Amino acid sequence: MRRIFADLHLCADLKNFQHVSRMVHKASMLGYRMVAVPLSTGFSEKELQPLRSVCSEANVDMALRVDLKPKTPKELLQDLRRLRRRFEIVAVSCNSKSVARQAAKDRRVDLLSFPSLDFRERFFDASEAELASNSLAFLEVDMKPLLVLEGPVKVRLLSSLRREVAIAKKADVPVVISSGVSDVMLLRKPREMAALALLFDLDEASSLRAVSENPLAIIKRNREKLGAGFVAPGIRVIRRGRDC
Amino acid sequence: MKGVRRRYLALQLDCEGAVDSQEFMNAVWSAVLKLFGEYGASKTGLVLIDFDVERRFAIVRVANAAVDTVRAAIASITNIGNRQVAVHVVMVSGTLKALRRKMGNSF
Repeated sequence: MRRIFADLHLCADLKNFQHVSRMVHKASMLGYRMVAVPLSTGFSEKELQPLRSVCSEANVDMALRVDLKPKTPKELLQDLRRLRRRFEIVAVSCNSKSVARQAAKDRRVDLLSFPSLDFRERFFDASEAELASNSLAFLEVDMKPLLVLEGPVKVRLLSSLRREVAIAKKADVPVVISSGVSDVMLLRKPREMAALALLFDLDEASSLRAVSENPLAIIKRNREKLGAGFVAPGIRVIRRGRDC
Repeated sequence: MKGVRRRYLALQLDCEGAVDSQEFMNAVWSAVLKLFGEYGASKTGLVLIDFDVERRFAIVRVANAAVDTVRAAIASITNIGNRQVAVHVVMVSGTLKALRRKMGNSF
């Protein structure tokens, strides 16, 4: 069966229609069949319409994603309560340890991401991985810094990523590789992204899963949850009426 | 004794302006050296086979064991000279003949 590839972090400027169109068409040309563009928390269906039409024109499925950057665990909980049912993917940028822990143990969070350049703020350790594993959260790795950084900073980033991926593997936390780029020229083919993951010791099978099966699993799970008949995992309403 | 197994990679350059083969190979070698060092680069067996300036296509030969290494290095190329560039692997094949056949008229 042919693999379906997904890029869950396409940073297109939604105010610039041409930019969005260029990004989505390029992603489609490179072989992605599913993309997610981070949306603002107060987006309206009207704002979304051009994006939907571009995606259908490019023959790409689109997922609704929100990036949360809470300062405190309380703020994170408020955001999740307010936004979870509006988005198919909820990613949390963990800028403090308390936020990271809260995000990892909350089942409403799909993706955990860590600031790439502040190495003291990468809180993905064994405890975090354990919590993430229990709440079915995924670790997101953006490839943009690997393409744009050079020298000692890049070396240090690779070293951090290698450690985090090893911890994730040990705790059975799936990894998702995303582009995280806003420039068309920095978009890479899915297999090239998987090859870049070799740099932080992710084996070939896992890296291909990280650009295909893992992101698609998130979308599938959340679309099912957001569907009208969903009751609990594995249980859904199939008919309503007096004879039920 | 069995020879070294090789793979041929068809590459496409995505950039504005012309890039010549010398500049292109310098960029590829420099990416390989930067990511894997001289020891890693020595294992790739990287050789330029063909380069089409107009169509911006290239064919390189690499050792079979180093396909992913070279793929990663090629993906990390973002600039050649002052131009922003993306190099994509279009196809991988075991023989040059098969590669050219699969590519059809593109090359």
